[in-house]
Amino acid sequence: MPSRRAMLAAAPALLALSATRPASATPATMRDAIAAFLGEGGTLREGRVAIDIPPLVENGNTVPIAITVESPMTPQDHVQRIGVFTERNPLPQVIVAHLGPRAGRAAITTRMRLATSQRIIAIAAMSDGSFWSESTEVVVTLAACVEG
Amino acid sequence: MRAAVLAALLLAAMPAAGAEERRSGFADMSAATQAMQADDAANPGMLWVLDGEGRWSRKAGRTERSCADCHGEAAASMRGVAARYPAIDAERGEAVDLAGRIALCQTRHQEATPAPRESEASLALTAFVAHQSRGLPIAPPDDPRIALLQAEGAALYRMRRGQLNLSCAQCHDDNAGRRLAGSVIPQGHPTGYPLYRLEWQGLGSLQRRLRGCTTGVRAESFAPGSHDAIALEAYLMSRAAGMPVETPAVRP
Amino acid sequence: MARVILQVPATAVRGSVIELRALIQHPMETGFRPGSSGEVLPRDIIRRFACAWDGEEVFSAELHPAIAANPYLAFTTIATESGTLTFTWKGDNGFAQTETRRITVTP
Repeated sequence: MPSRRAMLAAAPALLALSATRPASATPATMRDAIAAFLGEGGTLREGRVAIDIPPLVENGNTVPIAITVESPMTPQDHVQRIGVFTERNPLPQVIVAHLGPRAGRAAITTRMRLATSQRIIAIAAMSDGSFWSESTEVVVTLAACVEG
Repeated sequence: MRAAVLAALLLAAMPAAGAEERRSGFADMSAATQAMQADDAANPGMLWVLDGEGRWSRKAGRTERSCADCHGEAAASMRGVAARYPAIDAERGEAVDLAGRIALCQTRHQEATPAPRESEASLALTAFVAHQSRGLPIAPPDDPRIALLQAEGAALYRMRRGQLNLSCAQCHDDNAGRRLAGSVIPQGHPTGYPLYRLEWQGLGSLQRRLRGCTTGVRAESFAPGSHDAIALEAYLMSRAAGMPVETPAVRP
Repeated sequence: MARVILQVPATAVRGSVIELRALIQHPMETGFRPGSSGEVLPRDIIRRFACAWDGEEVFSAELHPAIAANPYLAFTTIATESGTLTFTWKGDNGFAQTETRRITVTP
């Protein structure tokens, strides 16, 4: 059993070790990335966006995700952009899709990486300047037999 | 194709006569990963199959011949071939796996330097050939030399190894279906190789999967293409006899 | 040339919404992962994907390292006129690829 003194002595070494690991996004960096997506004066509301992602993920390397937005997709009223952001990946940005009335439907599917269990958020930027969103928690189960 | 995969699933779920129920790893995956395998436009393993298709008709070696120049349409000539490997190479009188057979063919008939095992080129061509057997039952050759090899493989399968002192059987027979951390322990049927593993983010061989397992129990790995590796594969294929080929499978 | 699998209907009824799907072989190296020698592998990703119908862009996306290896994208568009769909991917280290598919639109 290491003494408390030994543990304290080891603490700076542990800190140094963690500093060499890849940076992780934080709720704050995700907020900044979202602020950049919204632009000046944009306010975020909940609703009209649906995220389809498995709540329990077998492997964070390849996670199917589908986003749909309630919108008539007419020239007057349509989705312009869909952005996806994460809280605890190395970077908060995942994808920004650009679409318009020619899409017919506001629906995209892709596959993303999840470094760990975390909250993800999808935001739709509408042609009227409003922003709608949904967020969801995803649990990444730890695989037992991974190659080192 | 969905129908074929569904049929595959049903077959895999049917109990073998007098044996315990055999399950492909497909049956234990999440719906999302199953959907990824079942749809050819979504299955990333199909990118390697497509690559292999290009290589099939590409001329190579001193003879300037392609696979297609001798074998014609792979859909006909390679149908069911992968389901019968490992098989005896007549010239050498010993067993080879499918990747080994392709390399021998390249050496002998194209007079080309074969792509190294597990290179993208080898994986692509092997996946393309194996894909021609998708949906067909695994059918090891009825050959006493293969039977001998299967027996050797069975012994290797039951041999405790590594610092963890575990045999393949202790996980994949005794504890199959139970969980190790978050994942279901599969029965270990090699139905879909080469396959796309999400963990690898690419296509990989059975040899690579075995290396993952042996490293996991902290044992020395089987050298790819070695006698022991092929013996173990021969046993695994006999254990999976009758189950449909899934290449290119997708696994977590 | 990276391998690409595209799902594009050969024909579509004018005004109908069709789904387009694109899968491309690419490692999407994040720039955060150590290689076998221990040092971090430099980032190598596809940054942008776009789809144009007879030259008019109907969909595009900016991709980040959090997009999985061998990027897959599915999206929709309205069938307008018979013509050519152009799919382009651009990325780090000068990566650029273009694929085209013909589509026939019926009244």
